[in-house]
Amino acid sequence: MTDLVELTMAEALEGLAKKEFTSVELTQAHLDEMAKARDLNAYVIETPELALERAKRSDNRRSKGEKLGLMEGIPVGMKDLYCTKGVRTTACSHILDGFVPPYESTVSLNLENQGSVMLGKTNMDEFAMGTANLTSYYGAVRNPYKDKTNPNKFLIPGGSSGGSAAAVAAGLCMCATGSDTGGSIRTPASFCGIVGMKPTYGRCSRYGMIAFASSLDQAGTMTRTVRDTAIMLESMAGYDPKDSTVVNRPVPCYQKALTGDIKGLKIGIPREYNPDKGLNSDVRHVWEQTAEKLRQAGAEIVDINLPSTQYALPTYYLIAPAEASSNLARYDGVKYGLRVDGKSLDEMYTNTRTAGFGKEVKRRIMIGTCVLLEGYYETCYLKAQKVRRLLCKEFDDAYKKVDVILAPAAPETAFGKDDDSTKDPLKMQLYDVFTVPSSLAGLPAISVPAGYSETTGLPIGLQVIGNKFCEETILRVAGVIESVSGMSIRPLRVGGK
Amino acid sequence: MPMPIDKDMVKRLGILSRLSIPEENTEEMVTEIKKIISWVDQLKDVNTDDVLPMNSVVEDMDLPERKDEITDGDIRDAVIKNAPDQMDGYFLVPKVVE
Repeated sequence: MTDLVELTMAEALEGLAKKEFTSVELTQAHLDEMAKARDLNAYVIETPELALERAKRSDNRRSKGEKLGLMEGIPVGMKDLYCTKGVRTTACSHILDGFVPPYESTVSLNLENQGSVMLGKTNMDEFAMGTANLTSYYGAVRNPYKDKTNPNKFLIPGGSSGGSAAAVAAGLCMCATGSDTGGSIRTPASFCGIVGMKPTYGRCSRYGMIAFASSLDQAGTMTRTVRDTAIMLESMAGYDPKDSTVVNRPVPCYQKALTGDIKGLKIGIPREYNPDKGLNSDVRHVWEQTAEKLRQAGAEIVDINLPSTQYALPTYYLIAPAEASSNLARYDGVKYGLRVDGKSLDEMYTNTRTAGFGKEVKRRIMIGTCVLLEGYYETCYLKAQKVRRLLCKEFDDAYKKVDVILAPAAPETAFGKDDDSTKDPLKMQLYDVFTVPSSLAGLPAISVPAGYSETTGLPIGLQVIGNKFCEETILRVAGVIESVSGMSIRPLRVGGK
Repeated sequence: MPMPIDKDMVKRLGILSRLSIPEENTEEMVTEIKKIISWVDQLKDVNTDDVLPMNSVVEDMDLPERKDEITDGDIRDAVIKNAPDQMDGYFLVPKVVE
């Protein structure tokens, strides 16, 4: 029965429909796999009783011939950023110790309403602030992939949705939610050899997602195939009166976009994403090779310019901390989570926040507070907001010439937990260089496995970035990349078969 | 004039953000903030004359207003359940009036 974890979600849906197995069996197989792979630290909470209960209900719906959801009976992992009613939710921060939400996030509710079965909450960087999943209060996550030149090296899965990425890659769920503020879905997807999609800002509701930087945060999907991404996105997206920034437009059947036909499609290659320094040569090679394969499949490859790309990172690292410093002001030791006593109210606030937030979160709160100070506000924060508009305009201009943009997801493959670069926050920020621009512009972008590094054998993801609400176009291109890449869509069974 | 980046600034940021920065870490924080501010200084090379600041990428959308009606309520106990300290349905905090 354990082989059930090898299936893609689309295959499992078919098997469930044909009554080859039940959701309870499918769910149990994943719970068993989770138990065998605990050393990955992908989950911070497992909810087996709840999962089996939901699976049983799904099986009942099916046997009674009731209306079934798009993800009926499918076991999913839930990033610990999503509030789940009755299940501890901490965004992997000490400051939310023991917080059990009295309500459900819209995205997790949508997924439940479509019949899916939550297996547990996945590990992540504290408040989604990180690129390597090294800032979680619950410890680092191990990437199931191994560097063939050094198989004993502990590789990071990327962040911030590192637990979700590792869980999907290792078959510890069929798919998982992620969230992406500056690359938090796409970077771990690239590092773990899976498909990760950040839809257009406003496509999914942010209600019940623990906020990091509200003008950038967006829910997204992590799966092993492009088709599964299409199914999952359709299940979780859509209008929600509880989020004033979610856009009221119909959610298409994304699977219909997977025609495999990209003839005549114009694919832009931005020169600025190909710097002389700072791009791994294996990544560059896969990028060039894939562009050539897409050309052979009938697409037109067009060189484009996004001249302000180099300013995206400093812009992001002003806007995101500024918004975070404001969003995280709510953690005061009064309403939920940790409290560390003090003699006065103010001292209690300070003691609680000092003990509750980790180093990286504190660093970003301090920076955010700094750039909002009088004398810095205009030259830093307001300036960044202006450059953000210019970056958006450059994308607008580019989409007059091309349908999608093809770029690396990350400048490197997965690296070691103890590598020198992990000690320097400024160096870590550089890993976001290719994901941050589309985040600032609110564009949909998918990271899809496109090849393996010749040097290390590690997976390499490429990003397809589309114009606003053109999720269907980028899924179509990603589907073609998936089929020409020769990459495996089966999980890496770290616990053995 | 912007406040110089020094130990006093770090103390001020600590007060504003309710974080206590131990004396021995203040210098490290000064260096850190200096590094960031000098790195983002490159944005001044970008000409942003006549460019309006952008708060949101969905700015072309009108802010929707929902009907002014009660949609939930009577969940005091559920809300207060997560409080680290509580009494009779109230959040408890250290004494604020002498």
